[in-house]
Amino acid sequence: MALIEISALTKRYPRVTALDALTVDVEPGIIGLVGANGAGKSTLIKILLGLIGPTSGGVRVLGLDPAREGDAVRGRVGYMPEHDCLPPDLVAAEFVTHMARMSGLPATAARERASEALRHVGLYEERYRQVGGYSTGMKQRVKLAQALVHDPDLLLLDEPTNGLDPAGRDAMLALIHRIGNEFNISVVVCSHLLGEVERICDTLVAIDAGRLLRADKVSAMTHQRDVLAIEVDEGTDELAAGLGELGLAVRRDGRLLLVPLESDETYDVILSVVARLDLPLHRLDQRRHRVAELFTDQEVPSGVR
Amino acid sequence: MASVDNPAGVIHDIGYQRYTGARLGRGYITRSLYVHSLRSAFGLGRSGKAKVFPFIVVGLAFAVAVVAVVVRSQTGSPFVTYLGYPDTQAVQVMLFLAIVAPELVSRDLRSKVLPLYFSRPLGRGDYALAKFAALVSAALLLMAGPLLLILLGGVFSQKKGWSGAGHEFTDFLGGLAYAGVYALVFGGIAILVASLASRRAVAAAAIVGSFLVTAPVAGVLGAIGGPTMQDLAPVINPVTLMQGIKTYVFRVHEGLPVGDFGPMYVAVAIALVILCVTLLLARYRKVDA
Repeated sequence: MALIEISALTKRYPRVTALDALTVDVEPGIIGLVGANGAGKSTLIKILLGLIGPTSGGVRVLGLDPAREGDAVRGRVGYMPEHDCLPPDLVAAEFVTHMARMSGLPATAARERASEALRHVGLYEERYRQVGGYSTGMKQRVKLAQALVHDPDLLLLDEPTNGLDPAGRDAMLALIHRIGNEFNISVVVCSHLLGEVERICDTLVAIDAGRLLRADKVSAMTHQRDVLAIEVDEGTDELAAGLGELGLAVRRDGRLLLVPLESDETYDVILSVVARLDLPLHRLDQRRHRVAELFTDQEVPSGVR
Repeated sequence: MASVDNPAGVIHDIGYQRYTGARLGRGYITRSLYVHSLRSAFGLGRSGKAKVFPFIVVGLAFAVAVVAVVVRSQTGSPFVTYLGYPDTQAVQVMLFLAIVAPELVSRDLRSKVLPLYFSRPLGRGDYALAKFAALVSAALLLMAGPLLLILLGGVFSQKKGWSGAGHEFTDFLGGLAYAGVYALVFGGIAILVASLASRRAVAAAAIVGSFLVTAPVAGVLGAIGGPTMQDLAPVINPVTLMQGIKTYVFRVHEGLPVGDFGPMYVAVAIALVILCVTLLLARYRKVDA
């Protein structure tokens, strides 16, 4: 069963069309929903939660229609909004417990799950402090904990790395990866930073101006698109010419030469050419083709990098 | 089981546990929100700072009751009647609501926590009604406690035995019902005004304003108008509206003169509560999530 089925989904506001005949099915796993600001990501999330109705078309989340069975969907989904949404004068443990009860968990279970959720996001000792005194990274963790507390089947995370420093981003991404793989909870991660989500996602859905740009497994996107990067201390031009003679599609990228990796023999060919020309080889490594580069081959989504 | 090499113990990461227990429905969720809101109205489960004001008000409310009990036990005649007690508390209840209503609703608007509620199996209407019920209950509790104290004092100081105690109790129920009317009308106005302002101070000022501004208007209308207007004008102000209801419903002779307009006072109060709740529900249907 598909996790989310979106068919010809359109959402029009009086002046803008937020979603335009969007059709895509996604399988369980970690799904990256990428698009520039204003591409329609947040609108899509709200429709998935049943908070707003579509103008036309339909969605099914976990096999349910959010427009008609909103409560059932919202009981099984966890949502982490993009913006700040925490009352500053509440203690984190109390707040997450309250939110667990708001998802229908009995009082005792709510308290236990709140401690668990806060521990899983890496807040344990600090959970008896007021949220107002937390750093941005800790607040993001509390927001994630409240989305996770009722053990949802699907997590919708809207820009979870917003406002975090590089270390905080890495920690948050690692956490999301863990939730998807160890906790076995499907996650939809919204982001305008493609490079960030591609590291942790199984599936990527790119939208631009409410239209589907591309949706595919990350593995399919990077399949056979790996390249070898070669760096020599001198004689880069000769090497490029030598490799070109042997029928390899060489590209120059600054001091690097990029050669598509067709088979393991490519390594041997390169090494033999380097040896023949007697060049000082500095580096020879395999680079995974960045998904971002796949998109630059096609239509460039505005603002996606 | 585990070795005792490390006396401080080790925390074992038992990994993520799926939740298989009960998931209760909207009724439970709404009830939980009601209880949570009622507790926070008195600062329970909140920081010490949040408890200061509610407990000052509760203390003052009980102080009046204690004085009433002492005076009655000394002199034998009731100093504050059951029906008179809510009137002595009108200003305090108003101030209490002006602080507590923004605490219950404006705070959620200000910290943008509403999307977290509405992305759960809780309807927008459920949220609004739970908050309204919590505020009304808080205002009623504020008056019911001291009324109970007055009842206890009354039962022990009256000298007519069992029938006297029964008589005290029916009077007490009248006072409680009157306090309930206060709580409903004042609470309805306060929660509606608070739900429109996200800043707590603004909301508090607006609530006090809505009670105070109407008082001189009613006064001026009563002064310049004829006898009919004198009976009619107090309906504008919530406090005098209450007193008019008391005169009519509880047949109090020394109360506010309302002439033949008694039923209208009751109708206005009912309409006011219905209007406030309707507008409150409309407000939460529109509010951003």
